Amino acid sequence: MSYGLVIGLSFLYLALLFGLAYWAEKRSAAGKSLVSNSYIYALSMAVYCTAWTYYGSVGRAATTGLEFLAIYVGPTLMAPLWWLVLRKIIRICKVQRITTLADFIAARYGKSIALGSVVTVICVMGTIPYISIQLKAIAGSLFILTGTNGVAATAAPFYLDVAFLVAVTLAVFTIVYGVRHLEATERHEGMVTAIAFESVFKLVVFLVAGAFVTYSVFNGFDDILQNAAQLPDFQELMTFSGENGFGSWFWLVLLSMLAILFLPRQFQVAVVENVNEQHLNKAMWLFPLYLFVINVFVLPVALGGNVLFAGQQVDMDMYVLAIPMSQGQDLLAVLVYLGGFSAATSMVIVSTIALSVMISNNLLMPVLVAGPAKRRSSSYFQTMLLYSRRLSILLVLLLAYLYYKLVAEHYSLVEIGLVSFVAVAQFAPAVIGGIFWKEGSRNGALAGIVAGFLVWCYTLLVPSVVGAKLLPESLLQEGLFGLFWLKPFALFGLEGMDYISHTMFWSMFLNIGLYVGLSLLGQQTSKERNQAEVFVDIFKYSAAVESSIVWKGTAYLPDIRSLLSNFLGEQRAQEALEAFYEQYPGAASADGRADPRLVTYAETLLAGVIGSSSAHILLGSVAKAEEISLDEVLDILKESQQLISMNKELRQTSLELQQATAQLQASNQRLQEADELKDEFLTTVTHELRTPLTSIRALSEILYDNPELEREEQQAFLKTIVTETERLGRLIAQVLDLERFDLGRQGLQLQPVHLPEVVAEAVAALQQLAHEKQVALVVNMPPALPPVPANYDRLVQVLVNLISNALKFCSSGSGKIVVSGVLRAGTIQLSVADNGKGIALADQQQIFDKFYQARHQTTRKPEGTGLGLTISKKIIESHQGRLWVESEPGQGATFVFELPVAAVQQEQEQVQTGLEGPFH
Amino acid sequence: MKENGEIKVLIVDDEPGILMPLEFLMRKSGYQVYIARNGTEAKESIDQELPQVVVLDLMMPDVDGYEVCRYLRRKTGMGQAKVIVISAKTKEEDIRKAYEAGADAYMPKPFSTRVLVEKVKQLVDHEAES
Repeated sequence: MSYGLVIGLSFLYLALLFGLAYWAEKRSAAGKSLVSNSYIYALSMAVYCTAWTYYGSVGRAATTGLEFLAIYVGPTLMAPLWWLVLRKIIRICKVQRITTLADFIAARYGKSIALGSVVTVICVMGTIPYISIQLKAIAGSLFILTGTNGVAATAAPFYLDVAFLVAVTLAVFTIVYGVRHLEATERHEGMVTAIAFESVFKLVVFLVAGAFVTYSVFNGFDDILQNAAQLPDFQELMTFSGENGFGSWFWLVLLSMLAILFLPRQFQVAVVENVNEQHLNKAMWLFPLYLFVINVFVLPVALGGNVLFAGQQVDMDMYVLAIPMSQGQDLLAVLVYLGGFSAATSMVIVSTIALSVMISNNLLMPVLVAGPAKRRSSSYFQTMLLYSRRLSILLVLLLAYLYYKLVAEHYSLVEIGLVSFVAVAQFAPAVIGGIFWKEGSRNGALAGIVAGFLVWCYTLLVPSVVGAKLLPESLLQEGLFGLFWLKPFALFGLEGMDYISHTMFWSMFLNIGLYVGLSLLGQQTSKERNQAEVFVDIFKYSAAVESSIVWKGTAYLPDIRSLLSNFLGEQRAQEALEAFYEQYPGAASADGRADPRLVTYAETLLAGVIGSSSAHILLGSVAKAEEISLDEVLDILKESQQLISMNKELRQTSLELQQATAQLQASNQRLQEADELKDEFLTTVTHELRTPLTSIRALSEILYDNPELEREEQQAFLKTIVTETERLGRLIAQVLDLERFDLGRQGLQLQPVHLPEVVAEAVAALQQLAHEKQVALVVNMPPALPPVPANYDRLVQVLVNLISNALKFCSSGSGKIVVSGVLRAGTIQLSVADNGKGIALADQQQIFDKFYQARHQTTRKPEGTGLGLTISKKIIESHQGRLWVESEPGQGATFVFELPVAAVQQEQEQVQTGLEGPFH
Repeated sequence: MKENGEIKVLIVDDEPGILMPLEFLMRKSGYQVYIARNGTEAKESIDQELPQVVVLDLMMPDVDGYEVCRYLRRKTGMGQAKVIVISAKTKEEDIRKAYEAGADAYMPKPFSTRVLVEKVKQLVDHEAES
């Protein structure tokens, strides 16, 4: 395939990325941001999968077998922990406007310039090998695709070297693409969108290639395995090798767990580019899933390549490209090349942007702002920033090319990548300690990182240079100065570990030891302590960070204003100040002095552009800070914490008070209602008493005043007096009865009661009345009903009440009342049905209310007291039963009560068994 | 002045135990007595022949005493037929409502028959004078 075609396609692909990023930024400006989508966020994290994954994993699997998986197991294990670690880091960075890993560490330890610079240097040195393998992969894949002899090609002068041209192209592209203008937040929505797209693209192409190898070249996984099993080293590939196999796995997993957090590009996409903490929820499962899917075909491709190219000189890292080529699948090969190109470019773009911000903010800016520079023209800093970043990108890529040219050619992709991993792992103690341990101090962090880094240089960087034959071989064999305990691969005589585990062990040992040791021994400055408090308790402070940063001194508003406009531009500075005064209306002062919170606010704003250390220096140049003691810092912080918790308590208390008030009101209302009910009841009772009393009094007076009355008349009057007196007595008895039920003092004695007997007694009492009214009273009880636990007399009372009610509503002559019982699901239902005029649906509930008749005069009957049904219902309910009415107006009414039978039945059975016992 | 025999008294109550003594008392005083056991009967009776005095219970099935009273007042206006309300209701509000409906006197139950007879007599005389 011709160079021209492949390079043309590569440029086309880059143009596509640029277009995509441009489009995403346009959309974002129009308020329809794509990065507010959590899938985009999760996919952008897959920038973790670079050419290393795409080409290197296959090569690694082909040589060392399953070990390639370790660096995917680590991030998968780490993902659930993101909720604890990454979320906290994201929150801290948002609140303090931190835009790089170097700035994060510097800010945590008192905005230390030294620490920021050291971290930047390590990041750059650690990342350069990593970028170089991307160049190597792109160049390598180009050679294979175009059929160029790689060895001959690299012998060309550097300006004709493919890798050099690739480096320059990518540098220009990244500059145009990522650093066109300055952003206060350092977020690149276009870049993130393009990276997410690249993640999808490389995954799809890799899967297609894998499927092609597995199912087209071979006949599925089984076929590949069977073929591969014939190879001599198969057994070794598929098992843990040798005595340190487990150890390497452990160190590799740990290493990749740290890498996923601290690689500059991961920090960039996961923290700096994060727009919403909730997006982590999706990334926590989608990212591990991505890692899983992209690794499915690694082993088949590796083993397939081993089988196909057995005995040939083919770079194992390039199997995924070489196999389609060997099968004549040119189109697929081009796609695979573009997939690899995509994996490599995404890493290069994100890494160089992140590094360029670090270099300009943590190396250059502190120097620039320390001088008299603050009096420069307003565009000076912005121009400086922009150009320093562009230059940094070019510089980083050229260094990467240099590393590639001198060292990387001699190693595989994974070997070099792991070197980078170990470098960034050195930040773990300072960062993790920094967000969970307040005592962690600047000196400890600095010493730990530097020591770890030196170990890294000596045991990984130096040997790689030796391997490239730039340093004498004797260094590895005999140690520095011929001292055996300084052998880079067996430091202090530690042997038996592979070189990565060996470096990890010593660097971490020294790093953690120094960090913890010096932190415990030394004293933090007040600035450090302040930042430590805010970092560790960020979730407490994030709402009001301005007031949680302790600062005392004098500053003037005009100074701060001009500082802000120098870096943000006039308009944005003005907007920022307005936003501040809106949040803190009380902070404005007449004499031009700036509120301490404004100083903090301005510093945070500037930190977003030039990093926190530089911002701190700048503010220090316009504001005269007073020395503030550690105790004071702690006191003020404690106060602000107490204020927060007191506010919380106050809110809680007032909430409780509100609830209590509501409860009081409710119970008061209930009392009032009960009172009203009681009043109404009394009124009704006295009213019901007055009526018969009137009759009795009137008739008695007549009898008294008229002794001459006829005997017959006297008899009639006296009879009415007696009837009305009975009515009075009945009423009084029922009121008292009801009162007993209301107070729960009915004191029912329950015994096994046979309902047919109850019915018989009630019917007998009313038979005469029914006969007089010419109403048919029919009893329809099955003979074999089980007994119920009940009070016999009370049940008779209920039945008499129901039957006499029915009698009242039956018309004379055609009236018919049926009393029947039925056993149903552990209960006995007893019903009294009449064929009277029935009860309207609306009244069916209310008829059980006290004096319902009296209050609704249309149904009032002189015979009743209006309490019968109420009492009946209470009696049944105190038997754990139910009483209700079923009626359709015009069709008569049926009153039904239901009593539970089970308990007594068992008792009864026991009694019967007892009877059947020895006495029978 | 009318003779007592020309005076028509309408007694309205749904309680037989109260109708009985009232009927006796009014007859004994020599009035023509009409009985109504509910509001509807009372209205019919009023329609047929306007009474001089109505002894009126308030709480009755269907049409209550207030309504009967208002019905009467719509026919006669105040001053013509006299209304004595007898009721077990003793709340001020009920009493005021009765007067508003057009009652001339209010006697809470249980009342003295002698006072009732006297009251009826006063009203009859009063009406005769006017």
